[in-house]
This record gives sequence, C-alpha cells and structure tokens, in this order.
Amino acid sequence: MLPFQPVVLWSDALLFLLLAAVLAFVRHVRRNDHLREPWRRVAGSRLGMASAVILAAYALIGLLDSLHYRPQLPIQPGQPVQYAAEVLSVFDALAEPLRTRVEETYSAPFATHLFVKKNLTQDDGRVVRDYPRLKYGGAHLQDPAQRTADIATRALRGAGWGLAAAVLAWGVAVLWLGRRREIGVMAAGRALLHDPALGGVRSALFTLGLLLLATGAVAALAGHYHVLGTDKVGQDVLYLALKSIRTGLLIGTLTTLILLPLALSLGVAAGYFGGRTDDVIQYVYTTLNSIPGVLLIAAAVLVAQVYIESNPELYDTAAARSDLRLVFLCGILGITSWTGLARLLRGETLKLRELEYIQAARAFGVSHLGILGRHILPNVSHLILITLVIDFSGLVLAEAVLSYVGVGVDPVMASWGNMINGARLELAREPVVWWQLAAAFLFMFALVLAANLFADSVRTAFDPRSAGQR
Amino acid sequence: MTAYIVRRLLYAIPILIGVNLITFALFFIVNTPDDMARIHLGAKHVTAEAIERWKREHGYDKPLFYNGEAAGVARLTDTLFVQKSLRLFVFDFGQADDGRDIGREIRERMWPSLAIALPTLLTGLAVYISFALLLVFFRATYLDLAGVVLCVVLMSISGLFYVIGGQYLLGKLWNLVPISGYQPGLDAVKFLVLPVLVGVVSGIGESTRFYRTLFLEEMHKDYVRTARAKGLAESVVLFRHVLGNAMIPILTGVVVVIPRLFLGSLIVESFFGIPGLGSYTIDAIAAQDFAIVRAMVFLGSVLYILGLLLTDLSYTLVDPRVRLE
Repeated sequence: MLPFQPVVLWSDALLFLLLAAVLAFVRHVRRNDHLREPWRRVAGSRLGMASAVILAAYALIGLLDSLHYRPQLPIQPGQPVQYAAEVLSVFDALAEPLRTRVEETYSAPFATHLFVKKNLTQDDGRVVRDYPRLKYGGAHLQDPAQRTADIATRALRGAGWGLAAAVLAWGVAVLWLGRRREIGVMAAGRALLHDPALGGVRSALFTLGLLLLATGAVAALAGHYHVLGTDKVGQDVLYLALKSIRTGLLIGTLTTLILLPLALSLGVAAGYFGGRTDDVIQYVYTTLNSIPGVLLIAAAVLVAQVYIESNPELYDTAAARSDLRLVFLCGILGITSWTGLARLLRGETLKLRELEYIQAARAFGVSHLGILGRHILPNVSHLILITLVIDFSGLVLAEAVLSYVGVGVDPVMASWGNMINGARLELAREPVVWWQLAAAFLFMFALVLAANLFADSVRTAFDPRSAGQR
Repeated sequence: MTAYIVRRLLYAIPILIGVNLITFALFFIVNTPDDMARIHLGAKHVTAEAIERWKREHGYDKPLFYNGEAAGVARLTDTLFVQKSLRLFVFDFGQADDGRDIGREIRERMWPSLAIALPTLLTGLAVYISFALLLVFFRATYLDLAGVVLCVVLMSISGLFYVIGGQYLLGKLWNLVPISGYQPGLDAVKFLVLPVLVGVVSGIGESTRFYRTLFLEEMHKDYVRTARAKGLAESVVLFRHVLGNAMIPILTGVVVVIPRLFLGSLIVESFFGIPGLGSYTIDAIAAQDFAIVRAMVFLGSVLYILGLLLTDLSYTLVDPRVRLE
C-alpha cells in the first residue's frame, strides 16, 4: 500500500507525452548525421549553450512539479484509508519548508520582523504597537542583530556546497572528454580550458557552476529565512516564483501540441495541393487572423470558464479544476496562433512543389502522402523548429498579460502573471512592497532571455540565410 | 483601381461572415444564453423564472436559427442569429448588459484611444527606424553588438513591467506626470505623455531588431553596390537608397495596424485609466458582458480587413512598379 495516491492531471499527461515526443525526436536526430550537423553548431555556440543550461534548469523544476500525488491522511482506526484533498508534487515535497512556513502577511526579504505593525502584549502586560518577530524567518536567532553575520556564514557554506558540485561537474566533463578523445586527464583538462571548438561546453559548464553556486547559497538560506520575502497572505515568494515555472513552461510548450498539427497539416496541404484546398485553408486562416488576437482568446476563455463551471463532473479537486482551465487556455492559444506558421509552411511548400526532385517523384508515381512525408516534411522541418522555439518566449510573456486581463490561468494557480497582478497595487504602499514584483520579474526575465538567446542560436544554426547575421 | 477596391471589399464579405459565425458559435451554441443568465444572476438567484426573465429583458429568449412560432419572414429574422449577430453588419451593436447603447459608447470612446495609439505609433516608428539605421550604419562593430544585446534584453521583459516601472518612476518617484487618469481637450496632453512613452519604450527591443534585419537584407542587394560604386557616401546610400527601398516591408507592417488604432491597447488603457475602447473591452471581459465583446471582435475584424486594403493601396504610392488591376 502506497503512503500516497498518484494523481495524473491532464497537463501532466500532456507534458510527459510531449517529453516522450521530444526524446523520440532527439533519438531520431542522433541517428542521422545530416540532422546532427546543425545541432552541433548549436552546441558550439557559447550563448546558445549557456541559455540551454538555464532552460534545462527551468525544465527540471517544471517536470518535478508535474509529478503529482495526494498524501495519505493519518489513519484512523477502523476507517478506510483517506487521502488529503490537496494535490502536491515531488517539487513540493523537496521544497517542504518553503511551502509550510507561512507567515501572517507581508515581510521583506531576509526580514526577521513582519512588515506591518501589530498590537503586542509584552511580558508585563502592557500593549505596544510594534513589528512582531516572524514565526519562521530568522526565528532561530536569539538577537536579530546577529542576522548579517548569520546570513553571510550560511550563504558561504551553501555556496561552498554549490562550488563542490560545480567542481564535480567540471571533473565529469574532463573525464568524458578524455574518454572521447582518448587522451590523458591532464590533456583533457587543458583542452577543456583552451580548445576553441569546446567553447560551447565551456560556457555551459561555467553557467552551470554559477547556477549551482547560487542554488547552494539560496538553498542554505531558504530553510531559515524568506529569501524573497512573503506575500499578502504570508506565503514565501520564492516558493511561489518557483511554482510559477511549471505554469509558464506549460503555456509555452503545451500550446505546441495543438499548434503544430494544425499548422503542419493545413499549411503543407494548402501549399502542396493548391486549388480549392488552398482557397478553403486560406479562407480559414484569414478569418481567424482577422479577429483581434487578445479578444478571440478572451472570448474563448470566457466560454471555457462557463463550460468548466457548468460541468463540475470533469474534475474532483481544486487542483484538477485549475489544471483543466490551464489545458483549455493552452488549447485556445494553440488554435489562435497556428496561422503564422501555417502561412510560412504554405509558402515554402509552394516553392518546393515545383522543384525537379519532387516533380520526378511524382512522375515515378510516388503517392501524395509519400511525397509529403519523404520530401516536403524534412525540407520544412527547420522552419517548424525555428518558429516553435521563437514562439515559446512570446507565449510565456503572453501568460502574464492574459492573467492581468483576467482571461489567463486560474487566479489561485501560481503564475508570474498572478504574482504581478497581486503585487501591482502594493506599489502605492509606503514603504513599497517591491519583492513580489522583483521575484516575478527575475524569474520571468531569466526564462524569456534564455529562450530568446537559445532561439537565436537555433535560428543561426538552422537557417542558412541568417549565417553571419545576428 | 476602383474595380480592384470593389473586388477587395466583396472579398471581405465571406471573411466577415466567417468571423460572425465563429463568434456566434462561441457565444450562443457552446455557451448558451442560459449559461450567460446564470452567471449574471449569480449562484443565489438562479431559478428557472429568473433565467427566463433575464433572457427576455436582454432579448435572448429566441431560438438560434429558426423561429417556428413567428410567421412569414419573421421565422428566419426573429432569431438570435439575425437579431444578435447579423445586425453587426450594419454596425448596429445593440445594448450592453447595463442597457447602454454600445454604438454610442464606441463613438465616444474611440477618441481617447486614438489620442494614445496614434502618437505611440508615429513616435515609435521614428525611434525604432532611427535606432535600426544607427545600428546598421555601425554594423559589425561593438556598438552594433551592444545594440543587439540591448534589444534582446529589452524584448525579454514583459510589457507589464514597462507600465509598472514607468508609473513608479515618472509618476510616483519623480512626480513628473499624473500616474493615471484622463481629461478631454488640451489637458489630455499631460495624461498622455506617460502612456505614449511606455508604449514606445516597450516596443524598442523587438521593433529595432526587426527593422535592423530588414535593412541588413536590403544592404546585400545590387542597387546598394551600384550606389557605392557611383561613389556615394555610406550615409547617402543608407538614408536615401536603402531607407527608400525598405519602405515596402515597413509599410506592410505599419499600414495594416492603422485602422485598428481606434480599438486602443487593453493593457495601457486599463493601467492608466484612459476611458478608451481598450479599457471598455477589458471592463466588458471582467463583467462578462458578451454583447460588448462580440461587437469589439466584429469591429476589430472589419478594421483589420480595411487595413489589408489600405496596405495594398499604399504600395502603389511608394512603389511605382506595383499596379493594382
């Protein structure tokens, strides 16, 4: 009997489906030398590899946060086993102290005292109005004056662990290089430091090192302080920002599941078959395109919301309900954003269709499906890849705007858009509550910047025209 | 030319019918008037009679496509599709849930929207193109590299932060302009400075980069080599020849959005409290007033198609090779 009940939300299932597809794609690429070549160029790009490490870190947190379960409640004698209504994830279990250490309300980063004054009863019975000590943040300190020294020692100790992990990573890389090139450890180490062909690996290791250093320091501090403060209801902001990663990633990736089949089938069909098919498909995407994007999304989300409200049998927990809304949102974003890629694919297919080798294939009697799969698809795949990578950052940014408009993810779901929304009005306070905005800004900016840089290096590697341009 | 315009306008009709059908399907079939009534009445007051009354008051108590109870033509016209959806074609938007006439609201609110959107577009265009030309002029130098890096950094920041940052710095910290609000007439200027500024700055990263790529593509063409071979200074090549020839792709992107400027920007208007169409839409979304959302969707599509037509016409102005037949 498991001490927990595994829960597979819709988005989890779709995310792992997507992961499986990505792994299959990677396997396919590894087996074909001509497909590996552009990826080698990505791996040689310093910015590309540094951003890939950041993206991988985000993806790891997102995936850990997608393994859901419901913990078992304490067993009452004579009762059947009960599970909590709350759905947790593996990430929640790892970040247990962050989740459970809830203060009363706002507190600044690394604060030992609450942000607002309260009536405090002193030992002699007098009531004074002062900032009370936090329940958890810095609670281990006898005297708040020791705080700076305590933070410094803890951060250094954590960074030390991070440094050790980074050194380990460099060591593994040296061993790997030594085995691959069949050279000694010293020679491999020198090559790793100086070989210009290994610039990408070097910058990846460097980024990983910095990341480990920062993670070590933050992890050492997070158990005793609220590193990024707490929000209105006392939740740790660092925890919320980390939880939002999954939401951002899902919006950026699950949308692809709807967008890609639509854009690929319709775009290629329009270009390849031409005539009536082309007319109909062009009509469909011009119509969709002519509706203002945000309004179409808003209209569809409003409708989906009503649908969810009136069909309560679709979900059993609150988490499943907000999850359903997220999946709907991804679907809607997919339906409204396939037109760009479809138009691109149509144009490219139109060009390819007239090329000699396709004409030859047709003369030999190869079926339409055969031509599409064998000759057209491989020749438009770089366009698909570039577009998907570029779209990702746009979708992450769109989530924040949509949540602000009120048609984004569920208001109770952790997301950067919801964090910004909640913190926006607090800027009018004196002194300013800035840490919630800062946290959302930092986490979103790092993800989007990494995605943009990665998209750039993918585009340079795959698009022959952009060689030499940035 | 006239024949071309007429034909293009006729093409617009099937597209608008498509838009109409999509919105109709979304708002009446997937999501029935009963659901709408239930949301507006709130959970406490939902009774069968209350729903019927709400539907009757707002004119939703009709069948979708075919009214068997009416006589003659009214069988087809006295339906939700004709009354609520087809009427949009004559710009009869009907009433909002609070009983106000949507058409009148739109006519009043489009001016503040335009007062923000037009200066933002023009200033933005001037700024982005100047920056892009500057980067192209210094291409393959460290200035160019720094500019591109800055662009990527700027475009990685969510638009919300530009608004929040602008309001905080200029409005609260430095007290230069009001944080939000609007007054008609000349007083509007001081309320418009900040939204326009935020609008321009938030677009710098993406647009400058876009125009830079566009100019770089032009730089590889034959006429540029000819111009250089004639001995023209690089600045003349860039500002006269390249800029002139890049007008076509620039126009493609710009002219198409001009008609839609009336609709305003949802984010900017609601943050800055501008009583334009953007904030009107956002309020309607928040209040789930589907009549307004429907009207705005239709209006947006009409203006988009108008934009496409204007784009084609503008080609004939900047490129003598293009003739519309």
